[in-house]
Amino acid sequence: MPCVGDWLSSPFSIVQGFFAQNVPNSDWEKKVTEYFKEKLKENNATNWVPSLNDVPVHYLKPNSLVKFRCMVQDMFDPEFYMGVYETVDSNTNARVLHFGKYRDVAECGPQQEIDLNSSQSVTLERQTFYCVPVPGESAWVKEISFFWLSNASQARVSPSTSYTPSRHKRSYEEDEEMDLHPSKQKEQHMGNGSGGDIHGCVEPKRLETEASAGHHLISPNCSPPLDLNFPLPGEKGPACLVKVYESWDSFKVNDVLEVYGILSVDPALSIVNNEESSALDPMECMDTAEEQRVHSPPASLVPRIHVILAQKLQHINPLLPACLNEEESKTCEFVSNFMSELSPVRAELLGFLTHALLGDSLAAEYLILHLISTVYARQDVLPLGKFTVNLSGCPRNSIFTEHIYRIIQQLVPASYRLQMTIENMNRLRFIPHKDYTANRLVSGVLQLASNTSLVIDETQLEQGQLDSAGVHNVTALGNLITWQKVDYDFNYHRMEFPCNINVLITSEGRSLLPSDCQVHLQPQITPPNMEEYMSSLLTAVLPSVLNKFRIYLSLSRLLDYSISEEVTKAVEDDFVEMRKNDPESVTADDLHRTLLVARFLSLSAGQTTLSRERWLRAKQLEVLRKARLQQQRCVNGNEL
Amino acid sequence: MSSPASTPSRRRGGKRGRGSNPPTRKCSQDARSPPSQKRRTDDSTSTGDLQPMPTSPPADAQSPGAPDLLFSSPPQFRHSAIPLDFDISSPLTYGTPSSRVESTPRSGVRGTPVRQRPDLGSVRKARQVDLHSDGLAEDVATTEQSLGQRLVIWGTDVNIASCKEKFQRFLQRFIDPLAKEDEDIGLDLNEPRYMQRLEEINIVGEPFLNVNCDHLRSFDANLYRQLICYPQEVIPTFDMAANEIFFDRYPDSILEHQIQVRPYNALKTRNMRNLNPEDIDQLITISGMVIRSSQIIPEMQEAFFKCQVCAFTTRVEIDRGRIAEPSVCKNCNTVHSMVLIHNRSMFSDKQMIKLQESPEDMPAGQTPHTVVLFAHNDLVDKVQPGDRVNVTGIYRAVPIRVNPRMSSVKSVYKTHIDVIHYRKTDAKRLHGVDEETEQKIFAEERVEMLKELSKKADIYERLSLALAPSIYEHEDIKKGILLQLFGGSRKDFTHTGRGNFRAEINILLCGDPGTSKSQLLQYVYNLVPRGQYTSGKGSSAVGLTAYVMKDPETRQLILQTGALVLSDNGICCIDEFDKMNESTRSVLHEVMEQQTLSIAKAGIICQLNARTSILAAANPIESQWNPKKTTIENIQLPHTLLSRFDLIFLMLDPRDEAYDRRLARHLVSLYYRSEEKMEEEYMDMAVLRDYIAYARCFINPRLSEEASQALIEAYVEMRKIGSGRGMVSAYPRQLESLIRLAEAHAKVRFSEKVETIDVEEAKRLHREALKQSATDPRTGIVDISILTTGMSATARKRKEELAQALRKLIQSKGKAPSLKYQQLFDALRAQSDTAITKEMFEEALRALADDDFLTVTGKTVRLL
Repeated sequence: MPCVGDWLSSPFSIVQGFFAQNVPNSDWEKKVTEYFKEKLKENNATNWVPSLNDVPVHYLKPNSLVKFRCMVQDMFDPEFYMGVYETVDSNTNARVLHFGKYRDVAECGPQQEIDLNSSQSVTLERQTFYCVPVPGESAWVKEISFFWLSNASQARVSPSTSYTPSRHKRSYEEDEEMDLHPSKQKEQHMGNGSGGDIHGCVEPKRLETEASAGHHLISPNCSPPLDLNFPLPGEKGPACLVKVYESWDSFKVNDVLEVYGILSVDPALSIVNNEESSALDPMECMDTAEEQRVHSPPASLVPRIHVILAQKLQHINPLLPACLNEEESKTCEFVSNFMSELSPVRAELLGFLTHALLGDSLAAEYLILHLISTVYARQDVLPLGKFTVNLSGCPRNSIFTEHIYRIIQQLVPASYRLQMTIENMNRLRFIPHKDYTANRLVSGVLQLASNTSLVIDETQLEQGQLDSAGVHNVTALGNLITWQKVDYDFNYHRMEFPCNINVLITSEGRSLLPSDCQVHLQPQITPPNMEEYMSSLLTAVLPSVLNKFRIYLSLSRLLDYSISEEVTKAVEDDFVEMRKNDPESVTADDLHRTLLVARFLSLSAGQTTLSRERWLRAKQLEVLRKARLQQQRCVNGNEL
Repeated sequence: MSSPASTPSRRRGGKRGRGSNPPTRKCSQDARSPPSQKRRTDDSTSTGDLQPMPTSPPADAQSPGAPDLLFSSPPQFRHSAIPLDFDISSPLTYGTPSSRVESTPRSGVRGTPVRQRPDLGSVRKARQVDLHSDGLAEDVATTEQSLGQRLVIWGTDVNIASCKEKFQRFLQRFIDPLAKEDEDIGLDLNEPRYMQRLEEINIVGEPFLNVNCDHLRSFDANLYRQLICYPQEVIPTFDMAANEIFFDRYPDSILEHQIQVRPYNALKTRNMRNLNPEDIDQLITISGMVIRSSQIIPEMQEAFFKCQVCAFTTRVEIDRGRIAEPSVCKNCNTVHSMVLIHNRSMFSDKQMIKLQESPEDMPAGQTPHTVVLFAHNDLVDKVQPGDRVNVTGIYRAVPIRVNPRMSSVKSVYKTHIDVIHYRKTDAKRLHGVDEETEQKIFAEERVEMLKELSKKADIYERLSLALAPSIYEHEDIKKGILLQLFGGSRKDFTHTGRGNFRAEINILLCGDPGTSKSQLLQYVYNLVPRGQYTSGKGSSAVGLTAYVMKDPETRQLILQTGALVLSDNGICCIDEFDKMNESTRSVLHEVMEQQTLSIAKAGIICQLNARTSILAAANPIESQWNPKKTTIENIQLPHTLLSRFDLIFLMLDPRDEAYDRRLARHLVSLYYRSEEKMEEEYMDMAVLRDYIAYARCFINPRLSEEASQALIEAYVEMRKIGSGRGMVSAYPRQLESLIRLAEAHAKVRFSEKVETIDVEEAKRLHREALKQSATDPRTGIVDISILTTGMSATARKRKEELAQALRKLIQSKGKAPSLKYQQLFDALRAQSDTAITKEMFEEALRALADDDFLTVTGKTVRLL
């Protein structure tokens, strides 16, 4: 049996081994997957596999086993490939069978030729996904997974590269911030002026697509840089063509996957294309130049991964075991361990967020509920479990909202801050749309993976004119919040993609976007220097504590929940009672919301059933929140 | 028919295999055909190479003629195929009596030029990748089993002779037992269907015979199977059979070229997603939407080479997409002397089309697949981007070209479909014939299941419960919407001058905010295939109707359709109806009654169909429903528009304990229910959708005698109620609504007849809706005039009485020329036994002022 290094660095030899043993039947395919599955189950084995997320492609050995944590951005058409093919040696006439699985190029020796008419050959089907790294993935997720990887690779016999991580300076999150959002910096300086930098991100992209539509650029040398089609502006990281061999129907657009597969960066891939476009055969020019560029980009830019194992991820938090559903003792242990210390963690987190929200503990409470909310089911069109919070009363034109985002970024695995300026609303592309010339889905800001935190900063919004794109964008945001779906634009029709995005809106007054719950911020303290106050807050938290927060939030979101019969009864009575007293102000919507609050309140305390106390507490929170709104209204009334 | 003798010759010459010498062979076809002669002479003087053609023995061509044709047909006739311009002239040059006289009917076949079929022809390339490649590589070479008679095409089980015979029998005998399709117009259903088609070809001169594979299957399942599995061998056989019959019958017929058979509706109709490697080289039908079409590509079919030394010319046929340039001149043996002469080479039209999966076929959460189509000759430019089509064709896979300099090959095939037949699925949509075209094809079990369902006594309740289960109660509203989904029967009274009666039911929901109106709309929008959802606030008149745009590139005017037109035959959901501005709402008037949309804009004047049901939701003007006011007063919509709604429902927050309790229970259960339960309900939604689609397609109920009687009674009754109190409570519009509702209810039962129970339910629902929306808040009596005039009859009467009382009061005061406003008000209040508000008083004053009885200036009232 091959040793450890083998299956990592030259998986083909293993596949070949199985293939040679079982040639006549197709058993070998199953055996290969099983073999790798077993291998990866071994102790920490998954950590030995180099990850495309962390290591640049050119440091990785071609045809070695790699992993990639990514989101399916687009799905290409299925392709038929030579599953098994036969080569003939032109000198000796010897015939050899080869497998085409996991390969882009049908290989054969110098003297050999492929017999296209062989009776032995088998045509099979596989599906290509265009995958990008999870959009808005927080820096800490990358850091932690990379840390584990580099630790593991030290122990490894033959690290694929001598790549020395240059990531350490990333721990200064300031730095990181700048990288991800250069816009912010500039905007701060520019004050109220146009958020000029968004052009910086979007404009070149747009120019590029126009350019590619205009010319027929055959040589990649003179073509503009390839648009890698990241949903969010300013994202980096490798995009990848992932070839899936089995059960591709189970994957959907925007699913987050972890794939283990064979890396293919064969330069032949791009060369073949060039040859092709100059070929005489009219059959070959069925694709336009743009389409070819998109569907077979240079392998150095967009590597291919031939998937051996792929799994959908429930979450991308590296601090948690990847799959929580399994009845593994390890997982259970982990969960129960954490559960035992859950309440202190919650208290600590509440304190931390209270400080962050300038001493407003009610808002902090609601923020926790928001952060663990998730759409757990849909009742026909109605998504259940979404909890969009509108944090009103945020000071205008201050860096407060930005800092709130930074803190959230530190807590959740994926997030994005959308600055709702007139400029952005009119210019950014929110809704993904299909580009039929290039035959691909051009991404938009709202193409996000499940459980991404979207922080919409409405304090940035000035008076001004929205153009039609802007109106569409606002509508799209509204739809996203109300129905948790995005209507992708397919030019001739629209298609609905359900999503599960936590939206937090920070605004001065009530937001113009719909929300499930509005919390008015009541700062208890006014720090003289906001900047200092906020950054000291983050530095004061120990990394280990921060990690606990992260685990806490991800874990609470995944817990199951139920309501017992007697509590149902109690809730019913309560509702009837409330309606009796005040039929005007208590509606079904209120009940909906209170039930949601109760749900998340229970889950945040690690309880999977609703208790009477929680229900009362939920009601109490709601009363407090509403009182504030009432109060706010009065204040405004007086002012007027 | 086909003589056994034919086989040897066919085998020799008729193969698609390259090896043989096609030029000589083909000429057996053209040997004596004047057209080809003509072309030759026209062409150029150097006909040296063509000389051999006539030499091929006519006898050979004679007897085996037809079979010859068919085996070889697609590829090798390519040589003999005549340039297009020539085809037109062929009848003239050819149709002389003399040529016919001496020939057997079959010679007619020969006389009409053969048109190559690139749709079948480009096959050879695909051969190699064929999954069952063992057999098919050299397809047309045939094996002799016994005495030259029992021949099968190599690799298949197709026996040409029997196949042809069977197909001829099919053509001659097939009578469609279930003929009811719209395309049968003008056909005698009791005569063999395809013979009539052939007659049509004779008259019209369009040499294409479309054959429904379904018919073929019901006639001869084995033949059908062969067609599906080996289309490129079987279709030429069919061509030949059809031509033989045709020219047998109409020997004098003159066609542009020989008849080509185009099978369609291969039962393997499938979703693009289901295509898999096993379908390669088979006949398939898939549906989808055209998203792009290329320019016409001239594809070289045959290259013409000329030796520069001795002027010897030769033709080379395309082989696997390549032309093998002859390196040595056969005549003078000079090396590399042959030069390609472009304008004597033969080209055919070809077009690349991208087809995308139709949105309905797509599983949720995935992106649509696309597939490449190649259309040839006549089929080029038959479809435009945006068209929904069913395509029948042969699925091909081609290996990505091997570069001779590189030993490795990309291990991927390119796939495409060679189109044989298109069938547009939505061609008629904008022109409005009927919705037959969108007949969804239901599996038989499904139909059985639906019919089974429809027999249930409580089907109506069941369906209404399945509708938006997350929305609590509001059963009558759901029932109303359910009937809207089914719609009435369409009636055509054009000949009596009234045009179409609308079959669509319009519903308005109004009520308190937060009563899940939007959710209901959203549900309906998700349920129906052609639904549109707009919000009154966000839509303009143009967005709803249509607008004219100038294409920036072509400077061509384009009509872009808006939500109403797009939801033709569907439902247009309009939220926040009250927030819509006046001008936008006004376009709805035409749509809601006439079901059309007239546009006169930028030089385009047209009338589009907008047979859409409207489901609108409106909020009361004071944000909370004021029970003391009428519907009109609450929503402030023009009554002209309101009266066009068949049903107007109030969605109020009922304030009673039992309801609250049930609601609470329902909501709580939402918050912990398991995923599986949800799954089940989703199934229900699919069933519901199919049920509705089936009923809309196939059920067209008519009024029965009792039902019409019941309707009349109901109407008279409604009128009577009103007249008793001196007002009219029903108008013909209400009667029409009743009829529509009754029809829809009959559809729910899958009944072709509207019966009394349907009328009963329609009446009940109508009354229910009326009770909610047209109740005079002051008297509690249903009063239709609230909707039709905006004011209830009692209100009008009351106003009048008050004015009279005021007049009397003033007159009783004697001759005082002016009165104090407040005094008068107090006096009136003191006199009256009911409470009089200031508004009422002012209204009365205004009424009197209108009668020129008095004028009001500031705080004083002056008599005139």
